[in-house]
Amino acid sequence: MTGATFGEAADAGLRYVEDFRDEKLARTLAEAIVREVEPGREYAIMEFCGGHTHAIFRHGVQDLVPDNVRYVHGPGCPVCVLPVPRLDAAIALAEEHDVILCTYADMMRVPASRKKSLMKARANGADVRMVYSALDALAVARDNPEREVVFFAIGFETTTPPTAVALLQARAEGLRNFSVFCNHVLTPAAIHHLLGDPADAGDREKVRIDGFLGPSHVSAVIGHAPYEEPARLYRKPVVIAGFEPLDVMQSTLMLVRQINAGECRVQNQYVRAVTREGNRKAQALVNKVFRVREIFEWRGLGWVPNSALAIQPEYAGLDAEERFAIHHSGGRDVKGCECPAILRGVKKPTDCRLFGTVCTPENPQGSCMVSSEGSCAAYWTYGRFRERAAGGEGARP
Amino acid sequence: MSDRRRKPAAGRLALRQGKVDMSHGSGGRAMAQLIEEIFLKHLDNPLLRQGDDFAVMDMPPGRLVMSTDGHVVSPLFFPGGDIGELAVNGTVNDVAMSGARVLHLSAGFIIEEGFPLADLDRIVGSMARAAETAGVTIATGDTKVVERGKGDGVFISTTGIGVLADGVRISGKRAAPGDAVIVSGGIGEHGVAIMASREGLGFETDILSDTAPLNGLVAAMVAAVPDIHVLRDPTRGGLAATLNEIAHQAGVGIRLEEARIPLRPEVAGACELLGLDPLNVACEGRLIAICAAEDAERLLAAMRAHPLGRDAAIIGRVVEDPERFVTMRTGMGGERVVDWIAGEQLPRIC
Repeated sequence: MTGATFGEAADAGLRYVEDFRDEKLARTLAEAIVREVEPGREYAIMEFCGGHTHAIFRHGVQDLVPDNVRYVHGPGCPVCVLPVPRLDAAIALAEEHDVILCTYADMMRVPASRKKSLMKARANGADVRMVYSALDALAVARDNPEREVVFFAIGFETTTPPTAVALLQARAEGLRNFSVFCNHVLTPAAIHHLLGDPADAGDREKVRIDGFLGPSHVSAVIGHAPYEEPARLYRKPVVIAGFEPLDVMQSTLMLVRQINAGECRVQNQYVRAVTREGNRKAQALVNKVFRVREIFEWRGLGWVPNSALAIQPEYAGLDAEERFAIHHSGGRDVKGCECPAILRGVKKPTDCRLFGTVCTPENPQGSCMVSSEGSCAAYWTYGRFRERAAGGEGARP
Repeated sequence: MSDRRRKPAAGRLALRQGKVDMSHGSGGRAMAQLIEEIFLKHLDNPLLRQGDDFAVMDMPPGRLVMSTDGHVVSPLFFPGGDIGELAVNGTVNDVAMSGARVLHLSAGFIIEEGFPLADLDRIVGSMARAAETAGVTIATGDTKVVERGKGDGVFISTTGIGVLADGVRISGKRAAPGDAVIVSGGIGEHGVAIMASREGLGFETDILSDTAPLNGLVAAMVAAVPDIHVLRDPTRGGLAATLNEIAHQAGVGIRLEEARIPLRPEVAGACELLGLDPLNVACEGRLIAICAAEDAERLLAAMRAHPLGRDAAIIGRVVEDPERFVTMRTGMGGERVVDWIAGEQLPRIC
């Protein structure tokens, strides 16, 4: 966020925040994008990650790019894509198996089956604790040796290495009361799924995508090489983009140029932290304790092959799925909730009948309204006046 | 404290190692001793010395203003302040937001059994200093002790009264299209100081809470511009919640300029790391003023002349909007809504 600065303090250090949100630079980039886009051509750019969606809305990036550059919001929100049955299972762990369930705060208010949520489970007496990292969960296990402690692990490749570290640490310390309920998912598999043969997606509608903004924090771990295959296979350019608004704009310009030239390369805008190979040490840790699941269910995408991680058999003792009987509840999304179509980019939040009527951040009906990375939350929190300008339905205060 | 290093004399409170026990709330001698040796020691004034369950005071001319506030902050001691200082400043500010001169406070303590007497002594000491800074007296008080596990250290509830001069009509309802919106200084400092000191966050900053009594600043403002339309302190929910409250109360929209909002780079950086929007983060020593556009520069000058308003800035204006949106031109030059926060403000996960 920019702001009036307090001279001395600003001089004392680098302005890590403001320098990436400079209005003049934004204007220069915007002018460059306007020069490059071909009139009459539509540019559908999917920002895979919810972090990008929020950066775009919070800083009003779409006001700075031409109307024919359209951002399509992707499924890159770990809270959003976790299907109801997995959340039901986590709630069952806390309620029926009497464990201390440690979770990231974003999961607390996501609606599960039968109008439940972790927040409500806690109010009813289940021991659900919010943690900021997997290592905090480990500390809870150390402090409560007489209780079973389960870490509800969710997230893309960014949160996977810390979970790996927690597992290795638990093994090293011989902690017997700690386990992980693993729901880590993989970005490249989801991109394959979004772009692949429509037959693979059942009868689900596909969205038109001309290029991808790839999440740079994921690539800080896995590198940008894993996107080379989908880029080549489906002939779509990918630009690994940072999360500051200027990063998003520069990456948009790079994509527009590739689209115009008919190219489909993987380009790296976020050279400050991303290399082609990524963080080898983190990858080694992940490979040591996790294996790729044959198939995993995603909210919105359905069952996606090779798209998630499970804990290696050598670490089965730390795997909550091995330690406790975990059932598939068959739970489904709230009737009328369009989160699945929104996660595929097929619909916008304002296309959902529940948006802003029964579904608001105070009373969420679907995961996309809960998470700080969900598209519905971004529309509601930052963008709902836009629909009013367009005479739409989403403008209710 | 002079008696800290001495061995407590027979019968005196053991301020160094002692703990509050149930007898301190029982109405017996132990309670009288707690009041004498901690509360009266720090807060002594003629009204409190009356020794009754009430304080009798003269009626000043003007209209009376009254406000109450419960304080449950965790941790009790945080960078830049503690619950005692907050309990005084919070209520002083609530009364001051009417434009009133703040006169007296009452203070109710709910203390958990086992609470260290040394901490209580420190908290009451800082209440006394805060009251002195604000120029108010703590006229009457109450102490209750609850069993261990039934409280969280100490909760402090304060009520304040003040007196309002004729002609001052400050209310959220008076925000009118065309009015200027002013903030008295950098936002988000209290909230970030608290978050940074919370256990488990493992996050260190030099950011101090901005907790301060705003009655002096308000007096200077009312003297410069008696017809201020709205005053409000952006505490819980921060600037965003406070402006939305005002927009709803007055049936107007508010349009902000992000680049004009004072924000320390350290607070901006901490918010970025924690995944927070500074507009949602609490202040405890800042106020928002809304006044007619033609009064704005005069009000701003009066604010900047006061130490607590040195960084004051005009950050936006009130606009006509039946839908009562608070919107903002972002630093990048885009547009967005500035919304109330939903639920608790929590860091992002990836």
